[in-house]
Amino acid sequence: MKPLEDYLIVDFSQFLSGPSASLKLADLGARVIKVEKPGTGDICRQLYTSNVIMNGESSVFHAINRNKESFAADMKTEADKAKLWELLKKADVVMHNFRPGVMERLGFDYKSVKAINSSVVYGEISGYGETGPWRDKPGQDLLLQSLTGLTWLSGNAGDPVPMGLSIIDMLAGNHLAQGILACLVKKSISGEGALVQVSMLESAIDFQFEAITTYYYDGKLPERSEQNNAHAYLGAPYGIYQTADGYMALAMGSIPQLGDLLGCHALLAYAEVAQAFELRDEIKTILAAHLLTHTTQHWLDILLKADIWCAEVLSWDKLMQEEGFKVLDMLQEVQMSDGYKYSTTRCPITIDGELFKSTKGSPKLGEDNDRITAQLINNG
Amino acid sequence: MRPLEGLLVLEFSQFMAAPTAGLRLADLGARVIKIERPVKGEAGRQIAIRNIFVDGSSLVFHTINRNKDSYAADLKNPQDLEHIKKLIARADIITHNFRPGVMEKIGLDYETVKAINPRMVYGVVTGYGNKGPWALRPGQDLLIQSLSGLAYLSGTRDAGPVPFGLATADMICGAHFVQGLLAGLLKRNKTNSSVLVEVSLLESVLDLQFEVLTTYLNDGGKLPQRGSVKGQGHAYLSAPYGIYKTQDSYLSLAMGNLHHIGNALGVNLSRYDDKSLWFDHRDEIMHQLAERLANQTTAFWLNKLEQEGIWCAEVLTYKQTLQHEGYLAQGMKQEVTLPDGSKLSTTRCPIRINGEKLYADKAAPRPGQQTESINQQFELTA
Repeated sequence: MKPLEDYLIVDFSQFLSGPSASLKLADLGARVIKVEKPGTGDICRQLYTSNVIMNGESSVFHAINRNKESFAADMKTEADKAKLWELLKKADVVMHNFRPGVMERLGFDYKSVKAINSSVVYGEISGYGETGPWRDKPGQDLLLQSLTGLTWLSGNAGDPVPMGLSIIDMLAGNHLAQGILACLVKKSISGEGALVQVSMLESAIDFQFEAITTYYYDGKLPERSEQNNAHAYLGAPYGIYQTADGYMALAMGSIPQLGDLLGCHALLAYAEVAQAFELRDEIKTILAAHLLTHTTQHWLDILLKADIWCAEVLSWDKLMQEEGFKVLDMLQEVQMSDGYKYSTTRCPITIDGELFKSTKGSPKLGEDNDRITAQLINNG
Repeated sequence: MRPLEGLLVLEFSQFMAAPTAGLRLADLGARVIKIERPVKGEAGRQIAIRNIFVDGSSLVFHTINRNKDSYAADLKNPQDLEHIKKLIARADIITHNFRPGVMEKIGLDYETVKAINPRMVYGVVTGYGNKGPWALRPGQDLLIQSLSGLAYLSGTRDAGPVPFGLATADMICGAHFVQGLLAGLLKRNKTNSSVLVEVSLLESVLDLQFEVLTTYLNDGGKLPQRGSVKGQGHAYLSAPYGIYKTQDSYLSLAMGNLHHIGNALGVNLSRYDDKSLWFDHRDEIMHQLAERLANQTTAFWLNKLEQEGIWCAEVLTYKQTLQHEGYLAQGMKQEVTLPDGSKLSTTRCPIRINGEKLYADKAAPRPGQQTESINQQFELTA
């Protein structure tokens, strides 16, 4: 049994942040109806990455919107509005990620929805919150990374380096899912609904809460090491190093101990614990030169035996050949209504040993209009 | 009123992933009690960044464990274990992140706990799941990033693997854990029986990459190709996506119509007429943009680009961000009060409920700080 069976979610959101939250809820058992603009639909349908087109639409859209239904409706026409109101009456959760003020103008804001559905849980994601000078800026991932200091943490000292994924979208989506689920727990006990709000800005700050708390404490900006940086606030050896045949990650170990284990005598001189941070560039230079002299496996054999935290660095093709990956059973194949099949990942949460797989692919724009109309709109 | 008020969470977890989940549940209203070994407490108390310690524990520990109580118990001592079992009978959620087999040895595995409390939501965080050759490997953030392919997404093509410079696997796994635990509560409330919730750092980091992994899986297994120009922002996105150096600082440019952007900047990009060229030729396009942007200040360009509705932003440091009105307007900063009365500044929960920002001024506990009061309240020693 899936934990959100019997829950109905009406999702007005587009792109990644909101839709990634509703994907989690769908995988946990909820019925998610994606409301889309007739003709074009979620803009993400045409937002291609590396020019990959799958069955006429972007790979990203297929990844984010599997296991959902699509209801095409024009939020500005009276006929479609009336249908949407019928749907909203029955929804347990309503969510969107329009910029502040847009849902008020369209008439589907929390207050209005609550008036006809008093126990609704209403979730929204904004870029930068409802107030302040950034309110109307586009809530786009790279811009959020840039404005919140995140680009000074990865890569080596020097220029800013963004994280190469829509990390803030993903976090905001996860935070919205958390807030919605918390309010559904409360609703399951008290019957009360709630308004849940997150913003990409607050999510980006929360992601950096350790580093920002440290900044509040000592007023010092993060300083990345000159080479092999993996964390601006950690000393040597923390980093990724090239070996004779690839790369390996090294996440701990006292410097003299590493010197001993690796047969790198120059490291024995760094006997004081504080030196691992203060002299990390020096230490990393020595370590990096030494690790180049043997293969990854050679070093891992030595270090893993001594319980030192280390690992090989894998690309996806190598990862997917590993037994450690295969046992996770992380991939699944899904199928669209026209028979088109594609591979993707599954929900990362396991409950009572049940992996939440689902064979349902992403919906064609408006493909569920008739069924939804018959089931949920015309039946009073 | 907070949504999780009235719920009791026992946190046997250490370090980061699971305790960040405990923090979120606490901010959402649950009472979270850390179960810690006497005197020394959880191992995370000694893990510091920049060697900063406050009130005997690392600042990192304080950041992750504010708004919680601490109960000291030696789980190998039968009497302490009895007290814990009495507490378990009253709790809604248990979390731990021990390696597979440890809770069995202690005698607090799922089956045993379920027998004590048939309505328990029992949550486990592992590094790699509980089977297969990696199950007993250390579940540490950088190692997970390295094994999962994540290190091939940031930085330039010739930079080698570039990890995300934050405990990203821990943070995202903690976020999934919260969702699993809350979904577990919903299931429990429906079925009135115990629920086992499991997440792992590796599965969470794979989920984090689900968009690009899906592209990889359906594009003939082509690995990510990072651009070669400094500041490239995403291996899968077309020019101009990335960060550029200006005369006085840095500027980021997100996706948009390349011709529109070229016109606004005064760079002739008309020969890249077909959209597919914006990806195929992104290095040379980014080079041209970089040359142009280096000639003027960030403010100059922002003014030009924003007028045109082009997606761009200045690149700020913490010093600039944390003083910016855009940040201050969110009221994200909060203070917690330490036992000596001094204050520690940190950030609040990023979720708002019914318009309310979820502040909590309670600092992280000392090891066993609430042992006595919890003994009394739950009559554990009687």
